[in-house]
Amino acid sequence: MTADILIQVLVSGLLIGLIYALVAVGLTLIFGVMDIVNFAHGEFLMLGMYASFWAFAIFAIDPIVALPLTALLLFAVGVIVYQTVIRRILKAPMLSQIFATFGLMILLRGLAQFFWKPDHRLIPHSLVSGNIALGSVQFGLPQFVAALGAVGVTGALWMFLHRTRLGTALEATAIDREAATLMGIDGQKMFALAWGIGAACAGLAGGLIATFFPIFPEVGSNFILIAFVVVVLGGFGSVTGAFLAGIIVGLIEVLGGFLIGPEYKTAIVLSLLLIVLLVRPRGLLGKA
Amino acid sequence: MRFAAAITEPTRTPDARAEIKSPTRRRTLKHMLAAAALLTTTALTGIGFGAAPAHAEDEIRIGVIYPLTGAAASTGVELKAAAELAAAIVNKEIPAPPGLVAGIGLPNLKGAKIKLIFGDHQGNPQVGATEAERLITSEKVVALTGAYFSNVTATASQVAERYGVPFLNGESSSASLTQRKFKWFFRTTPHDDLFVGNFFTFLGDMEKKTGDKLRNIALFNENTLWGNETTKLQVKLSEEQKFTIAEKILYPAKTTQMTSEVQRIKASAPAVIMQSSYLGDAILSMKTYKELGFLPKMLLANDAGFNDSEFLKTMGKDGEFVISREVWALDQAERNPLIKQVNDLMQKRSGVNFNGNSARAFTGIAVLADALDRAGSTKPDAIREALQKTDIPASGLIMPWKGVKFDASGQNELGTGIIVQVQGGQYVTVWPFDVATKPVVYPMPAWDGR
Repeated sequence: MTADILIQVLVSGLLIGLIYALVAVGLTLIFGVMDIVNFAHGEFLMLGMYASFWAFAIFAIDPIVALPLTALLLFAVGVIVYQTVIRRILKAPMLSQIFATFGLMILLRGLAQFFWKPDHRLIPHSLVSGNIALGSVQFGLPQFVAALGAVGVTGALWMFLHRTRLGTALEATAIDREAATLMGIDGQKMFALAWGIGAACAGLAGGLIATFFPIFPEVGSNFILIAFVVVVLGGFGSVTGAFLAGIIVGLIEVLGGFLIGPEYKTAIVLSLLLIVLLVRPRGLLGKA
Repeated sequence: MRFAAAITEPTRTPDARAEIKSPTRRRTLKHMLAAAALLTTTALTGIGFGAAPAHAEDEIRIGVIYPLTGAAASTGVELKAAAELAAAIVNKEIPAPPGLVAGIGLPNLKGAKIKLIFGDHQGNPQVGATEAERLITSEKVVALTGAYFSNVTATASQVAERYGVPFLNGESSSASLTQRKFKWFFRTTPHDDLFVGNFFTFLGDMEKKTGDKLRNIALFNENTLWGNETTKLQVKLSEEQKFTIAEKILYPAKTTQMTSEVQRIKASAPAVIMQSSYLGDAILSMKTYKELGFLPKMLLANDAGFNDSEFLKTMGKDGEFVISREVWALDQAERNPLIKQVNDLMQKRSGVNFNGNSARAFTGIAVLADALDRAGSTKPDAIREALQKTDIPASGLIMPWKGVKFDASGQNELGTGIIVQVQGGQYVTVWPFDVATKPVVYPMPAWDGR
């Protein structure tokens, strides 16, 4: 194996890892703020992809251009889901919460299949297409732009959480809900905001990968399992942790698949999950 | 009466004795259920048991079992239309193009007419068996044909075997169907093993044509039963025919990235990739080939995702030059005028073009009619004997085959698959060379050279 191939594999792993990170930050944010695992997160990604697809198919708007719209739309979806479903189960037992989001996942999938058919769709020509070659290392422009977008969005989210009043309020709610309420922070608003931002992150990830990934109602299931591994590895609730963990999982999956065999790549990623849970259950940067 | 018959039936034939060895209670129950279902269907069709209608001597009844309702109903309806067209031609209700095998009618049966009696298996093997039984016992058909789904063909032909009625299958491709040592089963279509084998013959032919060595292949198959079986067969054929397997990958079809797979294949630098993929992974792999700027000299796809009508629609230009296997292609009409003429008849009658399935269904009835005529009788033994002696030249068919001739297992040994390539947004026949309508674009043009 030459150095070229190794670098190429690492680059591919990094690019997909950044996408995993973006999918996972939304998931981890929601969990961090309100301790609810959102099983329908993959479906938010799916909705983001379809939003991009229809923007392209009906209005001929490129997915990259449509990103702000996709984010806004999914933000609204997140808030609506919170107001209609999640708000009612805040104090319910954990099992009810799990089944509520699980049911939501099945509902969204079913609706997508009903309205948009189970066909595979693709955006045939996006603004970003073609390849970039750096010496012997090649990568696709769509993948590169998607990874870049993932870095941008995660960075912006970090800035929001740490550098703005609203973000700090959200963080405060995540750390201690009651203390935050005593300080005059409206918990309900913060929860809705977390769902909005979480869904928007998944939607943005969907919009970014819509330039190169087939779009179909079940597409979320391909990503959600990996997103869970990333969240666990990064530490439940930690945005920075999810970002780092996404990159690590991407690298391990692609490199492991290449070195050991692609048939084992899912097994490799899932054994990582087991090892983390056994050795360091709070993940890389999780709250102890 | 009927219950008793259904339960004791299996003990009569040697074939069914094997079944008896297995736990019998559930089986008996199954038979009772089957008999009950039979009662219901028969009651619905309004035909009494004791009084099978007497048929005119000049009407030859053939049972045709297809999925006419259920998930595959749209295919079933096409198959039915094709079978009816074939029957109309045999019966000289519409003039046949000269040379077509069905066109001569049934002169040895004094111009008798065939009548198709349809059964609906709904995609269910149990129902298929019940329908076969109904057609044989109460509709008194002299032969059966169908059933499209391999698993239904398996059960329906088992019933025919038990009753000693010829079963001609036109469109099921599971290899095991003709490995059952049945006496009454005949199959005109080539089976799956042959399709995979064709790729190796094709590569040999391409080597001769281009002077290039194409012995270094990568196997790239999805990891469910289909991909695993295909891989096994490909490995066996590679060993037998001295091909080197540069890389063998069984990948999970449900995946977020295929870069590790493609990277491995790229590193092994094969001349040819043989790939079995469903639609989603077929698209993702093509995207990944492009992302990594990689293509082999030839990409041989094993039907499925690559032949899905969505594939070209979504891939557009990026799907060009993929080579895949097929059973039939409309562009064959350029080469064989019969295909165009018969397709025109189909268009006029049903408003649709033939496809691989309906063309094979049409051929099934034509071959059966040919045997009936040569038998000169409607006795099962005579029909079976005539089927065994079938020898139809390629010129009488609308298939890209070398003819129809059954081997001892009942498999048509002259059946061939064709290999198509995406050229200009269409699947065109490129192999066998003598039936090709366009030359192979070889090697596959690199991504940046398009």
